[in-house]
Amino acid sequence: MGKYLVKSLLQMIPVLLLISLIVFVLVRVTGDPVALMLPESATEADRATLTRELGLDLPLYQQYGIFLTNAIQGDFGTSFRYGESALPLVLERLPASFELAFAAMALAVVIAIPLGIWSAVKRNTFIDIFISGISVLGKAMPNFWMGIMLILLFSVMLGWFPVSGRGGLTHLILPAITLGVSLAAQMTRLIRSNMLEILNQDYIRTARSKGIFELFVIGKHAFRNGLIPVVTIMSLQFTSLIGGTLITETVFAWPGLGQLLVSAVNTHDMAIVQAAVFVIAIFVILMNILTDLVYRLLDPRIKYS
Amino acid sequence: MSLLEVNELKTYFKTAEGTVPSVNGVSFSVEAGETLAIVGESGCGKSVTSLSIMQLVSDPGEIVGGEVRFEGKDLLNLPKKEMRKYRGNEISMIFQEPMSSLNPVFTIGNQVGEVLRRHKGLSRGEAKQQAIEMLKRVGIPRAEQIANNFPHQLSGGMRQRVMIAIALACRPKLLIADEPTTALDVTIQAQILDLIGKLSEEENTGVILITHDLGVVAEMADRVVVMYAGEVVEEAPVYELFERPGHPYTIGLMGSLPKMSEQRDRLDSIPGAVPNLLDMPSGCPFHPRCPFAIEACKQTKPALEEQQPGHYVRCLRAGEVG
Amino acid sequence: MAIPTESGAGALPVPPKKRSEARGLKKGLRQLLRSKTGMIGAVIVLIVCLIAIFAPLLATHDPNAVAPIDRLKPPAWLEGGSSDYLLGTDNLGRDIWSRIVYGSQVSLIVGIGAVLVSGAIGAVLGVTAAYYGRWVDAIIMRLADSLLAIPTILLMLVVLAVVGPGMWTLIFVIGATNWVSYARVVRGEVLSLKERDFVKSARMIGARSGRIIFRHILPNVMSSFIVLSGMNVATTIIMEASLSFLGLGITTPDVSWGGMLSDGRQYVATSWWVATFPGMAITITVLGVIFLGDWLRDVLDPRMKLKNG
Repeated sequence: MGKYLVKSLLQMIPVLLLISLIVFVLVRVTGDPVALMLPESATEADRATLTRELGLDLPLYQQYGIFLTNAIQGDFGTSFRYGESALPLVLERLPASFELAFAAMALAVVIAIPLGIWSAVKRNTFIDIFISGISVLGKAMPNFWMGIMLILLFSVMLGWFPVSGRGGLTHLILPAITLGVSLAAQMTRLIRSNMLEILNQDYIRTARSKGIFELFVIGKHAFRNGLIPVVTIMSLQFTSLIGGTLITETVFAWPGLGQLLVSAVNTHDMAIVQAAVFVIAIFVILMNILTDLVYRLLDPRIKYS
Repeated sequence: MSLLEVNELKTYFKTAEGTVPSVNGVSFSVEAGETLAIVGESGCGKSVTSLSIMQLVSDPGEIVGGEVRFEGKDLLNLPKKEMRKYRGNEISMIFQEPMSSLNPVFTIGNQVGEVLRRHKGLSRGEAKQQAIEMLKRVGIPRAEQIANNFPHQLSGGMRQRVMIAIALACRPKLLIADEPTTALDVTIQAQILDLIGKLSEEENTGVILITHDLGVVAEMADRVVVMYAGEVVEEAPVYELFERPGHPYTIGLMGSLPKMSEQRDRLDSIPGAVPNLLDMPSGCPFHPRCPFAIEACKQTKPALEEQQPGHYVRCLRAGEVG
Repeated sequence: MAIPTESGAGALPVPPKKRSEARGLKKGLRQLLRSKTGMIGAVIVLIVCLIAIFAPLLATHDPNAVAPIDRLKPPAWLEGGSSDYLLGTDNLGRDIWSRIVYGSQVSLIVGIGAVLVSGAIGAVLGVTAAYYGRWVDAIIMRLADSLLAIPTILLMLVVLAVVGPGMWTLIFVIGATNWVSYARVVRGEVLSLKERDFVKSARMIGARSGRIIFRHILPNVMSSFIVLSGMNVATTIIMEASLSFLGLGITTPDVSWGGMLSDGRQYVATSWWVATFPGMAITITVLGVIFLGDWLRDVLDPRMKLKNG
């Protein structure tokens, strides 16, 4: 187990290197980094100073080396909009994003698991078609539109929840629903097809032949096996979760990392973009390792190797 | 009163291409302590018959008629809840595929104990204790340890022993074994059959043994039902059947009996294959493959008639052929 | 020899079917007629395509014509609405109906364009990886793995931050980040096809590699390609709308439904129609593409249909 963890952590390195290379190439080679890192009002003298400061007169491989050394030390440069070091700014926003992402994921799981199972058990009945229809609709609806419609209905017309911002539970509900429902839509479909496969397994027939209650057949025998792919599904959804968080935070003016990143991209605040990309990438990789661990916990057939 | 009486059982599969009469009016009975073998090629409906008795036929399949009387009570009329009290308790079943019939994520002890908890109301601890006893009875060494193992840690033969332990844990009156040895190694097959024979004798359990292997039939059965295309074509005590097979299909099966330890599943001596149940031949369903077929066989569907006491044959030429 | 065994309840003696291409297509069309959702999807997609093609005829206004006097007019059937503006106007007095009509062009061009780009990249990389194997294969597949580990939206954001927004940028950026699934499928199919007799014999009679790829292998991967594309067009349309919503996608004079939503968000409290109609347009279009895509999958890939019950 310890060995496995070390191995997985070591496997992070090439992925991070690739990301650093992509970011480096995009920022240093494609565009004009000096122009990108300075506000538009910068003077010629500022430009010259920055060029020297950034070491842009050095050969590219040396520049990459410096970039990498700084990145490892957590130094992604200074945000010109905030006049502060980028990494702390990014880390400061993490709790808000985690709060939203966690609430949405929890909501999605709570919605999708029962609906997916129910849909599979009642396959080809009205209930199944209804649930499938809803989940397709959830998939087709862009979540920023759903967010706006929720604001229109619950904040503007009914006045139940605040329109935007972060605060207590009332602030969290609408963004969490917006993000959670779109995650749940995908999840429900995947859980349904997984469950259908499991319900056809021989061991489910064995369980039925034992005369145990159908609730146990589904809830114990099918569900425990169904959990394994659900964990995989959840890990696959981190990507959509991150994309969704970016957009949902923008819709609800939620002061998280996504909102910071989007506004940084809009204003070419590259220091923040770089820091945010690295932080998110590390998070994604850590989540993948965590999923793998949970996966191994649930399935006795997998051994650490 | 027989232990189990199946009357005119009909199980149809409703598919997009049409209705498939997998079991089409099958009748037979099993006495306490008796072993009845149901024999036939793949697709003749023998497995569906056994699943119908358990009411475990899966989706497009549906029991559309007939009776399944267990100790006189028609199981098909019971509410689902009542039927569940019989399953795994009074009637239990062993399946063909030991590799996939056990749930991969629960321990052996848990899966054997589950039936005891359900039907005998045992606590978790008691169930585990009894499960270990049961594992010992089916000849599993180091039962205490194995009880904590997962199915993938066991061989196919061991898993089938576990399946038998599950099936017999509640001391059922009837055991249905659906090709219990087909998926196993030849050397293991005999052991498993011996085990089923021994345990059923000890408890006076009635056994329905589904198989395509006449060698197994000769070894295990008291009486034999031969099925073809969803119907019973011959029924006889085992010695009578081997002595005087009455139906051309049975004769064909005998001809394909593998010689000594030779492993075969094809019935080489009967030309052709089981007919497509969606497109059944007129008259006797066997006539296209039958070496004895006459003109009348194409028109008239024969009835199951008693040729000797206890020996029934469904053939127009029953008297002449045998 | 395979041993025929009885597999429980499902053992039906149905003879194996052989389908010719033409029969498959005919059967597919019959299936489309029978499948209600597939039919609905096809009709929606057809209508959206027609709207996009005949946009100049259907639009009642110039989609970018600003009319400050008529700003935030409600739809025609509401009080204060004018028959001039069927679905009302936005914060700059632009006609929402006309903007939705023109927005369909952008959605379809980006949706289809990006899928063509990612399909082309995926096909080239997949065929290359499978055909040349060894280190070429290793590098391409490692690259694909790493791409999957990074949320694509992040890559897009970085690229768009550097390059700046715009329709063609968007097409290439989405295309360049979404090729992994294509490359995987193409690589897998080519690997298995490579071993089949007809490809081997083509090689034996001396056909050149490029010729083999185009004549024999690409036609065979077409069906999995179409299935993948059906699903990808839907996600791409949403992706374009999302990026435009974030202000990183389409820029004027092009009209994007996502951009319209972004305008409407600020006025949702007073003028619900500005954000509602473009959102409906996206949802209906994507729904149509999903339905059509599901049908394509069922017809072209029976394996996947079985998997989904």
